[in-house]
Formats: sequence, structure tokens, C-alpha cells
Amino acid sequence: MKRRIPLFYALLVPILFVSAVVAMAVGSTSLGWETVLRVVGGKFLPSGWVDATRVTQADQVIVWLIRIPRVLVAACVGAGLASSGVIMQALFRNPLAEPSLVGAGAGAVLGGVISFVAGWSVTSVISLPIAAMTGALLALALVYAMATRGGVTPVTTLLLSGVAAGSLLSAVSSLLLSVNIVNWQMAQDIVFWMMGGLDARTWTHFWLCAPFVLLGLVAAMIQARDLDLLQQGEETAASFGVDVESAKRMLTLTTAVLTGASVAVAGLVGFVGLVVPHAVRLVLGPSNRTLLPASAVAGAAFLILCDLAARTIHQPTEIRLGIVTALLGGPVFIALLIRRYRDVTVG
Amino acid sequence: MSVLEAREASVSRGQRLILKQASVSLAAGELVALVGPNGSGKSTLLRALAGLWPASPRGSVLLDDRPLDDLPRRDIARRIAFVSQDSTINFAYTVEEIVRMGRYPHRGRFTRESGADREAVRLAIARCDIAYLAERNANTLSGGERQRVLIARSLAVEPEFILLDEPTANLDVEHSLEVLDLCRTLAASGQVVVLATHDLNAVVRYASKVVLIHEGQIVSTGSREEVLSQRSLEQVFHVRADTVSDGDGQPVYIFHRL
Repeated sequence: MKRRIPLFYALLVPILFVSAVVAMAVGSTSLGWETVLRVVGGKFLPSGWVDATRVTQADQVIVWLIRIPRVLVAACVGAGLASSGVIMQALFRNPLAEPSLVGAGAGAVLGGVISFVAGWSVTSVISLPIAAMTGALLALALVYAMATRGGVTPVTTLLLSGVAAGSLLSAVSSLLLSVNIVNWQMAQDIVFWMMGGLDARTWTHFWLCAPFVLLGLVAAMIQARDLDLLQQGEETAASFGVDVESAKRMLTLTTAVLTGASVAVAGLVGFVGLVVPHAVRLVLGPSNRTLLPASAVAGAAFLILCDLAARTIHQPTEIRLGIVTALLGGPVFIALLIRRYRDVTVG
Repeated sequence: MSVLEAREASVSRGQRLILKQASVSLAAGELVALVGPNGSGKSTLLRALAGLWPASPRGSVLLDDRPLDDLPRRDIARRIAFVSQDSTINFAYTVEEIVRMGRYPHRGRFTRESGADREAVRLAIARCDIAYLAERNANTLSGGERQRVLIARSLAVEPEFILLDEPTANLDVEHSLEVLDLCRTLAASGQVVVLATHDLNAVVRYASKVVLIHEGQIVSTGSREEVLSQRSLEQVFHVRADTVSDGDGQPVYIFHRL
């Protein structure tokens, strides 16, 4: 498996780069890839290296203010959800676990819905992400409090209370949506946001999301070896010196930050956190130090491509991103499941 | 020389007291067998000695006269290894990756694998005779192979104390003897080996000290002759034993129900 790592990146990094450039070029106004590279080059390379006269003001705006932030947000969300999925699957010792299991996703959605209903989202663009992030962390705190007895938090209880709290919080979101359905504009905003999407994302969204994803990734990498041992069971991890309870707290907090930051700027985007880590594990093996960065890169590429599909399949309307990831991720997941049952080995 | 000791240590799970004031002391070079019927508290005592389950009163399990409760988890893990009876391996790690996890308590979060780490892993793999499995996916192994891989992972720690919960339960005759021989070698090289086991005949051959435990209490501690008397076998295991001699003059039990 280790030998495959260079090949994996040799294939995936170009895919990531090419899909990013294509995503910046393709859209309601089609631009050439040269234009995209000129705009990007004009921003980062010393003046004189790029022939700036051949870039119009309109191209400049489309690429720099509309498409690049959108692609970067897609990359961050994909990386965040995929790495958060890696942690969940390891923590619950189940290759089919996903980021929303500890209730952070549902909490983030509820936070977002509250900011719509309260009208904050109209007054400030950052209120929605902040409310979603807060929702994710509060949901995790609630789930943890429910699952903990005498300083010990068994993962099975954590899973159950996560699922229970998730359903409860989703029900509250739906309740808020139903009672506000008369306000059609707001209801539509909420429904679209809940389906996940990256339309009209700006540099502000990128800066709201990227630092948290980066922080989460670094935190996850620091804990990667603890995660390897936790994957083998809590008693085993403890017998090799892992401080199990504090590791679980830090790891669930890390997933809440990653999931919260992603839902905050993209709404609910399913399947990325489930499918990407699972697929990468099949190629590179289960060691988390390898799996975490590789899944982040793969998740970024996957989401950029999904978003590209979302806005080009059915022009001029956009299909919601969450629908595309489910439509693409669902069959992949089913294929993996069938494979899993056919093989004797587990994930 | 290191000593691991329980002084009237009790363990409760929920409302139930499952280990009652157990006192036992383990010193270098010993191969200690923990015997007793199912549910007698063997595994509990092992976990208390490994610091995995808290014993009461606080400080009743000591490593070199220092309470385990006061030692950081990593420091304990560097000196005391515990091999669970559960030999499940989750996710498709290779055998070598599994054994390398044993170096966890010795490595910093970002330090690369040192020469000492690699040597310890190599030695552990060699000692458990699993070099031919190194590249294999560990969850495609047979129960016996898996057991040896997990023992190797604990040996990679290079612990002073190695506590094994029924290490031979899943093994065929050959591999069970191999594991027991390995335990004897480890004890001879100065490590303390404690194994909980149901195999009383193996106890006779290998253990230098026997601890008999019944209903959460240590009934007796001492040599095989002292502990596994006809009377204690009847009282604790509800069996009668005929003793015959094997070729080496070692006693072999043949058990009958009372």
C-alpha cells in the first residue's frame, strides 16, 4: 500500500489542478483556460510575466470574484468533509460511518435555519456561517453530555446519542421551516441551503471556512497515530498509552469543527465524508497518517467536480450540490458495499 | 529490579464487586499463571495490574512502590503490556503496520521511526515467527496467526511486564506450545510474564508461580504443588484429578467431574 502513495498523488494532484482550472473556465460565460491562467497569474506572478492587456475587466471579475472563490470553497468543503469522515470511521471502527454521526451536521443546519428565520442572514453574509458553526459545536456538546457517565464516553453510546440528537435537531429545523413556509422567499432559501450548494460564494466564505478546515486537518494529523490505535479498540489503545477519553473528546471536537465549517459555507452536502475516505482507504490502506491528507485532496477534487456538474448539467438553473454528490456518491457507495459483502475482508 | 504489586486491590463494575482485596506481587523472571473458573476474576485482575481498570482504594496497585493512578498512561504502557483475549483486528492493516503500533508509547507525535523502533519491531516479529506474514492483510489471518501478531505488537513495546489474557485459547496445539515457549523465553530473559489460562496442564509445565482465583478472591498463591492440590481442584473447579507422569516425570492431570 505504501508504494502506491507517490502514484496516488501523481494522479490526483493533476486531477485537482485541471478540474480547478476547468471549473474556473466553464460556466454561463465560457472563458478559455488561458484567460483563467492569465487572471490567476496576474494576481500572483510579478508584473510583466503575464500579458495583462489580453484580460478584460469582465473576465477579471468573473474569474477572480466569482469562480475562484467558488472553486476554493468547494475544495475546502470537500477536504473538510472527507477528513472528518476519516476520523468518524476510525473512531467508530466502522468504514461506513460518516461526519454527521455525532450530530454536528444537524446542529450546523439548525444554526443556519435559525439565522434565516431570525433574519440575520439578510443583514450580514457572515451570520449564517457563524450560526452554523455555533450550532455544530453546541450539538456536539449536547451529544457528548448525553453520552458521558462518570467521565467515560463509550463510542456506542456516543453513536446512539449522536443519531438521536441528529434526528431531534433535524426535526426542529423542519419545524422551523414548516411554520415559516408562508414566507415563501425565506422558505426557498432555507430549502436550497439545506440541500447544499455553492452558488454566490465569495472570498468572505472562503476565509470563513478555510482557517477552520486547516485547523481541523492539522489537529487530525497530530492525532493520527492515536486514531490508528483507537481503530483497534479503546482498551487496546489505552494499553498502548493513548489517553482514550481525552483523545475521543479532541477527535469529536475536530470533526465538529471540520463538519461545521463545511456546512456553514455549503449547507448539507452528503456522501463526501462517507465515500471519499472509504475509496481512498481501498487504495492506500487504513493508516490514518496517509489516509487523512490523501482523503482531503481527493475530497477537494471530488467536490470541485461535483460542483462543476451541479452548475453545468442543467443550465441555466443549477442543480443543488447535495443532490449531485448523492447521485454520484450513492452508486459508488453501493458498489463498495457489494464489494465488501463479496470479499471476506472488511474495509 | 521492577516489582508490580496489588495490595488488597478491589475492582467493581457497576454495582458488582468483581475483584475483592486481591494481593499479589510480581517480580522479574517470573512466569505467573492466573487460574480459576470462568468469571472468577482472572481478566479483571490482569486489567487492574495493567492499570486499565481502576482499582480501589486509590493506589492499591503499585509499580515500584508508586501507585499506577499517579503515573501517566504512556509511562505505564512503556513498561506494562496487556494482550487482550479479543483478537479482533479492525481495518485492513498489514501485519507489520499492526506490530509497529506497539512503538506508540515510545514515539513522539512527530518523531520519525528510530533505529531502535525498527529493531524492536523486527525482533518482535522474529520472536513470534510471523516474518512470513509481514505484508499480509492482518484481518485475513487465522485466529492463531492473529494471536501471534497481537503478541508481537505487545513485544514491540519492549515491556518489563507482559500480561496475557488466555493467549492460547484460539491456538492449535503447536502454536499454543510455541506461545508458551515464547513466554518462558521472555521470563528467562528477565521479563515478567503473567498469563490467565484455563489450561492447567500447561500451567504445570511452564509457570514458576500459580495464582488461584475464585469468586473474585485470590484463594492461594505459590508453587503448582501448593496451589493445585486435589482439595482446591475439587472446591474451586468441582473436578477430581488423576495425576499421571509423562516421560519427563512431569505430572499430567486427567480431570473427572465430581
